[in-house]
Amino acid sequence: MHYLRAVATIALKDLRSEFRSKEAINASLSFAMVVLLLLSFAFDPSSEQAREFSGGLLWLVFAFAGTLILNRSFARELGNDCLDALLASPLPSWALYVGKCISNWLLLMALELACLPVFGIFYSIDWTVRFDGLLLVIGLATWALTVIGTMFSALTVNLRLRELMLPILVYPMMIPALLGAIQLTTDLLAGRPLSADNMLWLRLLVGFDVIYTALAVALVDTVLIG
Amino acid sequence: MREKILYAIGIVTGALLVRNLYVILLQLPDEAKQDAIWRIFCFHLPAAIVSFTGFFVALVFSLIYLAKRNLKWDALAASATEVSFALAIVTLVTGSIWARIIWGVWWAWDPRLTSYFICLLIYSGYLMLRRVIDEPTTRGRLSSVLSIFGFTNIVIVWKSIEWWATLHPGPVLSIRSGGGGRMNPAMESAAWWNVLAIGLLTVMFVAMRMRQEDTRRELDALRRLAHTI
Amino acid sequence: MSAVEVDRVWKYYGDYPALKDIDFKVADGDCVALLGRNGAGKTTLLRIIAGLSRPAKGEVRIAGRDLRELSTRRRVGILGHGIAVYDELSALENLKIFASLYGAADPSRTAMEWLERTGLDRVKDGLVREFSRGMRQRLAVARAFLHDPTVLLLDEPFTALDDRAIAVLQGLLKQARQAGRTIIMSTHQLREALELASHVVLINRGHLGFHGVRTQEMLDDPSWLYRNYGEA
Repeated sequence: MHYLRAVATIALKDLRSEFRSKEAINASLSFAMVVLLLLSFAFDPSSEQAREFSGGLLWLVFAFAGTLILNRSFARELGNDCLDALLASPLPSWALYVGKCISNWLLLMALELACLPVFGIFYSIDWTVRFDGLLLVIGLATWALTVIGTMFSALTVNLRLRELMLPILVYPMMIPALLGAIQLTTDLLAGRPLSADNMLWLRLLVGFDVIYTALAVALVDTVLIG
Repeated sequence: MREKILYAIGIVTGALLVRNLYVILLQLPDEAKQDAIWRIFCFHLPAAIVSFTGFFVALVFSLIYLAKRNLKWDALAASATEVSFALAIVTLVTGSIWARIIWGVWWAWDPRLTSYFICLLIYSGYLMLRRVIDEPTTRGRLSSVLSIFGFTNIVIVWKSIEWWATLHPGPVLSIRSGGGGRMNPAMESAAWWNVLAIGLLTVMFVAMRMRQEDTRRELDALRRLAHTI
Repeated sequence: MSAVEVDRVWKYYGDYPALKDIDFKVADGDCVALLGRNGAGKTTLLRIIAGLSRPAKGEVRIAGRDLRELSTRRRVGILGHGIAVYDELSALENLKIFASLYGAADPSRTAMEWLERTGLDRVKDGLVREFSRGMRQRLAVARAFLHDPTVLLLDEPFTALDDRAIAVLQGLLKQARQAGRTIIMSTHQLREALELASHVVLINRGHLGFHGVRTQEMLDDPSWLYRNYGEA
């Protein structure tokens, strides 16, 4: 009960600070728009081919823009030495981590759902056909990005060159999840349902989420307490 | 004592390498389908096997470091990763040269190539992380955690890339269906002898690198001491 | 049972020992001034006692219990260099967060109570970003005290504070002393610290140089301690 309350306190605190300052969400949203636009120059967005690239395109945008949010996650605790106060309080490191994951996941989901309609318009793709499946895939894959990103945000929080290190560490780690998300999203946007054919990728996403959530929860105390 | 063992390994390794080179370059004939280029395989395969083993060894010693918190184990994990990283580059480069001649392209999105490339990216992150942390204890702790995440990821990457590749068209000029597993036994044994030679070479490099790491830590401690005076 | 037990603690940065075999006990109700030159290891030791850093060897117990246990950490309050409150949140929101983390039955009431005690109740909904330096510091003091800690760890508490915040902090520390709370504070301001302290711990380059009762001699001549027990 105490743990639940602690996790909720952290998640709400982060969400509230973010809505007050809007620094991460504004930056990531405008960055997402820029990437969406730039990618349309890379190839003909109205061609049939665009459909085959759609999943990859979308997840590139999500991964790039999402990192801006994840980057801030532990960095926002640095300002007034807040991290020390949190770690000295009766809050286990894993609860701090899970609380931050929840707020990051919600922020990323909001960002991604805001990108979808714009993406649909720019690339004339109907993303509503298999929306329930799409929501499931986006939810699972976003949790994967969140778990990795938040963990590495904690790992790099006290480093010089933090902003440089995070993308170098995070993107290679995200590859399996992104691969699965891309395959599934392309299928769903093309109107193909989740079925035995692509179940493999859904299983990969779930497995990735489970493995890394467990690993991060087990190791985050080692990372935060020197 | 350690010094002498190192020299002994060095001599054995040197002799073994000379012997292997003689066998590979002068004794064995060209391969029927691949001509002379098959010889690169005798370096490609050992580099791949030894580097992968090295990454695994690094994982094991990262775990041991986190359990024991003795920086000796961290130095071993870091040295093993570094040498394996160099071998992984050798693997990719030799593979690429082979691919250029046999497949006609420098790079093909073959599952093994792609996985190895991702592996390289992950461990380049590890090496960079070690560079930006000055304090040895923090460096050991954080890079050990990264090593655990990295190796776990490689296992997942390996599987997922395999699935991904089966869904994609393979390289156009692939002769892989014909090759692989049906090698001339003499050629295969030459490659395995080279696994031993490169394995020993790696052990030597790791031991040397570990020493450097110890010295670096000593220097760091002296610098800290100097600051307090 | 001692309030704080530092049991043969070693801490290394790489091969460099930052703390060497530090061993002392602090009884309930003592107020310890933790002294030493810059880089002697005061902050490192305080961070270990606060549970923010792990010793390489030895351990620290609080009221006989392991430091990392949650029930132990509920007894400890820390006030460090930073104010450890969030700029984008209001004073009330900040205190509510920490009251809730420390398991207060009614976080809002605890928070309001402490805003009144530190004279911040009129600006409770103001964002910390808009506060003056002194107001921020008083809020930081409130944050450190709001769960009524039995052990208080203060790292250089008087250095950055303005007059009013010092007055608030000194008032609270006196109250805490009367209520039998245990205090450990590291500081450069010898005179202020010695006036408040009942005991003194001196650290020289990671060694325990002196541990004992604060005497009249020290109060009369603060440099006496360094002359007799400081590093050679």
